[in-house]
Amino acid sequence: MPNYTLKINGKSHSFSADADTPLLWVLRDELDMVGTKFGCGISQCGACTVHVGGKAMRSCQLKVEMLDGEEITTIEGLSENGNHPLQEAWKEVDVPQCGYCQAGQIMTAASFLKENPTPSTEEIRQAMRGNLCRCASYNRIEKAVAIAAEKMS
Amino acid sequence: MSTIENKFTFSRRNFLRTSALASGGIMIGFNLFTACKPNVIPSVDIENLNFNDFNAFIKISEEGYVTIYSPNPEIGQGVKTAMPMIIAEELDVEWDKVHVAQASLDTKNYTRQLAGGSQSIRQGWDALRQTGATTKQMLINSAAVKWRVEASTCKASKGIITNEKGETLGYGDVVKEAATLEVPENVTLKKPSEFTIIGKNATNVDLEKIVTGKPLFGLDYKAPGMVYATVLRPPAFGQILDSFDASEAKKIKGVIEVITIGDKARKFLETGKFNWTFKLSKTDKVVVIAENTWAAIKGKKAIKATWKVDDELENTENHNEILNKILGAKDFDTRREDGNIEKAFKEADRIVERTYHSPFLPHNCLEPMNFFANVTPEKIHLIGPVQTPEYAAMVVSDMLGRDIKQVQVDMTRMGGGFGRRLYGDFVYEAAEISDAIKKPVQVVSTREDDMTTGVYRPAIKYRIAASIKDNKITGYHLKEAAINSNMYGAIPHFFPAGCIPNYKVSTKSHKSDITTGAWRAPYTNFLAFAEQSFFDELAQELNKDAVQLRIDLLQNVKKTEDKSIQYSGKRMEDAIKLVVEKGGWGNAKEGVFQGFSAYYSHNTHVAELAEVVLRDGLPVVTKIFAAVDCGIVVNPTGAINQIQGGVIDGIGHAMYGDLTFEKGKPSNKNFDTYRLIRMNETPQVEVHFVENELSPTGLGEPGLPPAGGAVANAIHKAMGKRLYKQPFIKELNESIKG
Repeated sequence: MPNYTLKINGKSHSFSADADTPLLWVLRDELDMVGTKFGCGISQCGACTVHVGGKAMRSCQLKVEMLDGEEITTIEGLSENGNHPLQEAWKEVDVPQCGYCQAGQIMTAASFLKENPTPSTEEIRQAMRGNLCRCASYNRIEKAVAIAAEKMS
Repeated sequence: MSTIENKFTFSRRNFLRTSALASGGIMIGFNLFTACKPNVIPSVDIENLNFNDFNAFIKISEEGYVTIYSPNPEIGQGVKTAMPMIIAEELDVEWDKVHVAQASLDTKNYTRQLAGGSQSIRQGWDALRQTGATTKQMLINSAAVKWRVEASTCKASKGIITNEKGETLGYGDVVKEAATLEVPENVTLKKPSEFTIIGKNATNVDLEKIVTGKPLFGLDYKAPGMVYATVLRPPAFGQILDSFDASEAKKIKGVIEVITIGDKARKFLETGKFNWTFKLSKTDKVVVIAENTWAAIKGKKAIKATWKVDDELENTENHNEILNKILGAKDFDTRREDGNIEKAFKEADRIVERTYHSPFLPHNCLEPMNFFANVTPEKIHLIGPVQTPEYAAMVVSDMLGRDIKQVQVDMTRMGGGFGRRLYGDFVYEAAEISDAIKKPVQVVSTREDDMTTGVYRPAIKYRIAASIKDNKITGYHLKEAAINSNMYGAIPHFFPAGCIPNYKVSTKSHKSDITTGAWRAPYTNFLAFAEQSFFDELAQELNKDAVQLRIDLLQNVKKTEDKSIQYSGKRMEDAIKLVVEKGGWGNAKEGVFQGFSAYYSHNTHVAELAEVVLRDGLPVVTKIFAAVDCGIVVNPTGAINQIQGGVIDGIGHAMYGDLTFEKGKPSNKNFDTYRLIRMNETPQVEVHFVENELSPTGLGEPGLPPAGGAVANAIHKAMGKRLYKQPFIKELNESIKG
């Protein structure tokens, strides 16, 4: 199996994997970063969302061979001490029920707020539509994104 | 109204044990389950119990640190936060200084634990309070001995004991001696007005870990030497494995071996034991063992299998014909009968009859089914997300012919349950695989596996008829035709039982190969829509306000002596009045259309008011008001979250949820074609609680059932169209096209 080196959360990680292995499974199985979740495997649920070059992407669709030289950020590296304004807002609003989708929600929101720091409610609702929450904590996700946007701007 | 009373007997002497810890401090143990169940005879000699026989603990260190071990599985319903809050309240410690942990890694602790039926808080309430209060009294008694004063002259608050002279001792200062004292009887519980933790917001105890991506869930678990497995099951219900070719799969890098399982499960099935584990199908299954998940997934795709038909392959079209035929025939079981329904219908001025249709639904927990198993000659270790760990241990020990004492089950936080994880088929598979390969294994389902080999909410049809005489409802007959199984025992005694003099519930089922089971608020998740839509039509028929019709009917049940009636007329009326007030029933703004619904389930009364607007001719649900009577609200932030989630879940599945079958195969495999509600489609849900001091009831399920009806009734107001089929989107599309 070929060897790869990826820059994840500011650190270099070397491992060997099949070229078609999705980043999701490299993170989870090879690098023990399990905050990025498996939900559907076809980019429909958003549980596996990470940042590649600062943009939210679905790690289940990113083959490891495509990622050479890219800066990757996962939920584990979003902030130093779990204190990104979105993480703080998530705690303030007490968003999660089961909690499984929330890392993906936060990663999508973090990338979205970089592009649009002062979103309207409708823009938040449209931007977050790609992330499923089976417990339907949607009202609170929406509120937490709005609070974080307020604090960041 | 026997089930509304929450009094469960509790005997300290039998269920509380204390012990001094070698490391210092005290451990208080109690058995939540037996403590809560009336008339349970402990299966072991109480005097010889050790701490492994208990399933909830308080640990107090000599430094005064308090750890509360939460006993029940956490599936997102919030019990890991709420149950320890109840102990902390009566123990009288500061909540932000309490550390909460999932009970320790020992099967004996888990043998009576379950997440289901929204019952954890309701059934735990008295026992959790007694445990906290008893522990507090022991600490006070210990301080009194030290001070040589009467315990009755001492008080405790926030972890500090005070005597009449104003001297103080911390819980940690007296904990060592407290462990040697007798367990006191007749402790005094706080009055609700004295609560300082219960009724205040406490955020999810795993919040920090969730938002930073720490390992918590079943799929996050790893062990040294662990391999990954995927399981190829028949693509259609009614098929079994004929033959397979694994040569291509074995060429994939990372694939270790390909095996079959099924023999052990089959033999176990033949014993006829534990027959609600129907999910153990007769077929052999092909298992790909690999070094990582990706290789296991690719390996499974590369297997070339042929399947043979073991039983008739079923179609949704046939199901519809069969269920319609059942509804049209007379062969039913009577589940409740009041008065004389035949006479009422014969003498009626007119009869209103409607039929409601629902599809199968998958649970779609966002964390797909998975489980870890490590079967060794000494021990069987099972780790992962399951709502019924005790059951899983029993089946695995029987299936593998092992002593139950060798089986250890540990629970992870679960990425959703919704009823799916009541069924432990994935645990049995993991155990059978580990037993075969003699390695620790994590069995992983893909989304496609999860959705197409599920335990579905069964398709059900209701036919409801009401007789009207002198503009009053004189008779009501509900018929249920369901795939595989009918409504459980209490449901025929829900609203409107007791409100209408001539009342009958009849049920009948049709046996199918498609596996079905509990799905969040079983039966009522659809029944409530059918009945609450029907009452909306009746109100129209009687030219009455839809809310007033319900309130008028509820007057008839208020003084009932009938102990089988499951709900309270007064509590339902209070919830209705609250939602009417908060939601402004009848005062909708121009262009906003209101719909009303109210339902009792899982011991909780809920009334909901939906607001719908039309955008481009299509109905959009913009707001839901929910009024809930669940007694005392233990943790408001968690409680509101449960209701908001339940309401949106209810709307999402009523609007979009659909799983049909063709030749035994489910129509959808993944979220590209299976539609779940998304944020841009969700209304804001405003939750209000009826304030009272009654014992708390559960919230995981009861918010869901009324939602579909409220929305359907609002859509009728907006478009003049009645909905009879779920998912609504199909009927709406047809109507728009037509």
